Amino acid sequence: MADLIKVGMADYKVGRSPSTLISYGLGSCIGVSLYDPQKKVGGLLHIMLPDSTQARKSDNPAKFADTGIPLMINDVIALGASKSRLVAKIAGGAQMFAFSNSTDIMRVGTRNAESCKQILKRNGIRVIAEDTGGNYGRTVQIDLATGVYKVKTIDRGEKNI
Amino acid sequence: MIDEFNLTPTQLDALREIGNVGAGNAATALSQVINKRIDMNVPKVALIPIEDVPELVGGADKLIVGIFLRVYGKAPGNILFIMPKESAYYMVDDLMGRPHGSTKTLNEMDVSALKEVGNILSGSYLNAFFHFTNISMVPSIPSLAIDMAGAILNIVLVQLGQMGDHAMVIETKFLAEDDSVNGHFFLVPDPGSLTTLVKAVGVE
Repeated sequence: MADLIKVGMADYKVGRSPSTLISYGLGSCIGVSLYDPQKKVGGLLHIMLPDSTQARKSDNPAKFADTGIPLMINDVIALGASKSRLVAKIAGGAQMFAFSNSTDIMRVGTRNAESCKQILKRNGIRVIAEDTGGNYGRTVQIDLATGVYKVKTIDRGEKNI
Repeated sequence: MIDEFNLTPTQLDALREIGNVGAGNAATALSQVINKRIDMNVPKVALIPIEDVPELVGGADKLIVGIFLRVYGKAPGNILFIMPKESAYYMVDDLMGRPHGSTKTLNEMDVSALKEVGNILSGSYLNAFFHFTNISMVPSIPSLAIDMAGAILNIVLVQLGQMGDHAMVIETKFLAEDDSVNGHFFLVPDPGSLTTLVKAVGVE
């Protein structure tokens, strides 16, 4: 049995084959995975918010898309990945509770997804798969032996993206 | 202005007392709804790292029913009442006059009944709170979700996450005398509201 490495909220982990990185119970948060298929190394980041510049000072860069993604890219490269081979997959960004007056907070899931894609693009990394939106939670895991990104839900089964 | 991330023991006690009064009233209301004695613990008032909050309810992937209400007024915040799925089903059976164990999934009426429970609990919590502090607060219409604890807690944590790395939660655990129903009631004041709350009970 290969190791299962848990990634908490506002945290990230990197690793290599045959480990699997897993993050439980994402709502409006996003699980961003990075993978180098040749070296079989990658990472998983669980962000909560789109933009650190719109928040008060934080000691935790992994909480935000704009500060967390570059940090994970560096760590994955340090494990031997090549930036040009890295591919990203993202999942999460739901709106768990419906309210008629959708404030910015309610739509944070959508903003998270947009921000992640923008930051990845700015860093020259392709997003090759995405499972975002909806009103349900997700548990995500990336198998570093294959790069398969599994998205599990309560009522909507699971899928590999 | 008090330092919300560094409260004194007296200030924490004041918040605990607010939680006690509010939750005591809510527990009474809940026991009338399901016609059973409800015990509650002394409210836990703690500043905890945001990423640890899902652990309070048994882990981020635990399946729960969450009823969420926004609180408006001088000390705005959020109320989240969460229960294991089994507790919610048991309560729905009671409310709908069905034998226990009948509910397998929640239909529209069941969801509406549970939201009403959320309304009653929040109303009694905030009402007690008003008598204690003279701060009047109004809850929004409740919203309900059945999903992973981590996903449900996101809505509260995201707002706090914008302001800092820690969450101040006033949490009370409910338990029916026969263990049939249990739940957690969270009052999560917005950053800035703590100052108002602490001052309202006469502690500076």
